[in-house]
Amino acid sequence: MSHLHVAGLRKSYDGTEVVAGLDLELEPGVCFGLLGPNGAGKTTTLRLCLGLSEPDSGQVTMLGFRVPERAREARQRIGVVPQADNLDPDFTVRENLLVYGRYFGLRSRELQSRIPALLEFAGLAAREHSRIQTLSGGMKRRLTLARALVNDPQLIFMDEPSTGLDPQARHLIWDRLRQLTGEGRTILLTTHFMDEAERLCHRVAIIDRGFKIAEGAPRELIAQHIEPQVVEVYGDGAENWAERFGRHASERCEKTGETVFCYTHDADAIVHALEREPGVRYLHRPANLEDVFLKLTGRELRD
Amino acid sequence: MLPRLSLRFVHVWRRNRLVWRKLAIPSMLVNLAHPMLYMLGLGYGLGAMLPEVGGMAYITFLAAGTVCSSTMMSASFESMYSSFSRMHVQRTWDAIMNAPVLLEDVVAGEAVWAASKAFLSGAAVLLVATALGLVSSALALWVLPLIFLSGLAFAGLGLVITALSPSYDFFMYYFTLAITPMMLASGVFFPLERLPEWLQMVAQIFPLTHAVELARPLMNGVIPNSVGMHLLVLVGYAVVSFYLALLLTRRRLLS
Repeated sequence: MSHLHVAGLRKSYDGTEVVAGLDLELEPGVCFGLLGPNGAGKTTTLRLCLGLSEPDSGQVTMLGFRVPERAREARQRIGVVPQADNLDPDFTVRENLLVYGRYFGLRSRELQSRIPALLEFAGLAAREHSRIQTLSGGMKRRLTLARALVNDPQLIFMDEPSTGLDPQARHLIWDRLRQLTGEGRTILLTTHFMDEAERLCHRVAIIDRGFKIAEGAPRELIAQHIEPQVVEVYGDGAENWAERFGRHASERCEKTGETVFCYTHDADAIVHALEREPGVRYLHRPANLEDVFLKLTGRELRD
Repeated sequence: MLPRLSLRFVHVWRRNRLVWRKLAIPSMLVNLAHPMLYMLGLGYGLGAMLPEVGGMAYITFLAAGTVCSSTMMSASFESMYSSFSRMHVQRTWDAIMNAPVLLEDVVAGEAVWAASKAFLSGAAVLLVATALGLVSSALALWVLPLIFLSGLAFAGLGLVITALSPSYDFFMYYFTLAITPMMLASGVFFPLERLPEWLQMVAQIFPLTHAVELARPLMNGVIPNSVGMHLLVLVGYAVVSFYLALLLTRRRLLS
């Protein structure tokens, strides 16, 4: 049985279709990435899956329960890490876990025995009695993650879990997420950090304007949509160089802001030419998920 | 749509109680100080100039009004400023609804919590009034369930305003347009019969009027008139305002 099944999901706000016929299937134990630019419908999709908003049409089944009709029962075995911090500022670290556990109907005694392991997992054992206001952004995220595990969930929703974190804190979160999928839990993750998705997710779906435009394992998507090598060219002379040479030497050549991206199967000639080109710097690298994302969702700015 | 009520509201109530316990004593004292100042200041100061009001000493008259008005104030503050902080500023309700707890449970938990705080405020005034010898009968014990019910009615109204409120400033409208007129025209400070007839009619729509009409005789050892009607009005306010608050909050948070 799949942990989350979404078919033909639709939702409009004020005549604008935010989710426009979405299908998703999450098998147990996978980390599934929902990728999309701002306003693509990621957060709305999560709200619909959790039963916090009624779809206009379509079906959601979560851990075998129909949503929204039986969303409450399903949420008994679900963990949620929301995008915005909503830890309880009136409480300490420990109280946050205790009070949240009670919302699941768990007894205080049961929670008391579970809390040490959660604090350990979040690396907050030493901050047990700290007030929330004294925690750093990374600590708050880790506590939110620990809070989402208080009911031992089978499926965990994470809305941009590493937004606003420093590199150390991101790596720690990533490590914990891998640990969770290693334990057989299923994760649905939204992010617009493509390195994060490539690193963590077994499967990703790229959505735009409420519609899924690609789905697969990150490696598959890269192989399927993008030439394997990329040369990024920066500097004052980059545009000029691209017009004279880059455009003709690569299979695809695109410009985003000040950077020229040359996509190719064989970058030798381009790199060779760039070494002798004054006024430019360049980076030769393998294609990644961000290249796929930009190709499929376009390069213009989203708000 | 019928609300799916359940005992899960207790989780929300316990959350609020845990926060309150940390500051219980100062919070109780502040809650008590304001109504006591009015009751003692007006009761003894103004009372010295008045022979009798409504057939009793002015401070005795005022004691019942103060029990009810402090209940109203406490329920209103909790269900507006405090609930709004939890709903809108801290996003505590969002976090709770990611757990297997429904909006019904959250709104019911908030309403019962505000009524509980209102109960404490009203009961504290009643206790002080008893200590001052202003309560003449054990019938006054019936005031305890009455103030809890009044608390529910004012909490429901407060939660309706909270559901509609864009910011804290909005609550001033409610205080100016509803709470203050109720304070002045529900028989708290002077008998309703002293008001022009049309204003007496208007006062009948105020829940505070009905609370006072029940509390004052009970505190003076008299069984009130029209108990059923007064209770019906208070229960009606509690039920209808809760349902309305639920609908409006659903529209606000779960659309």
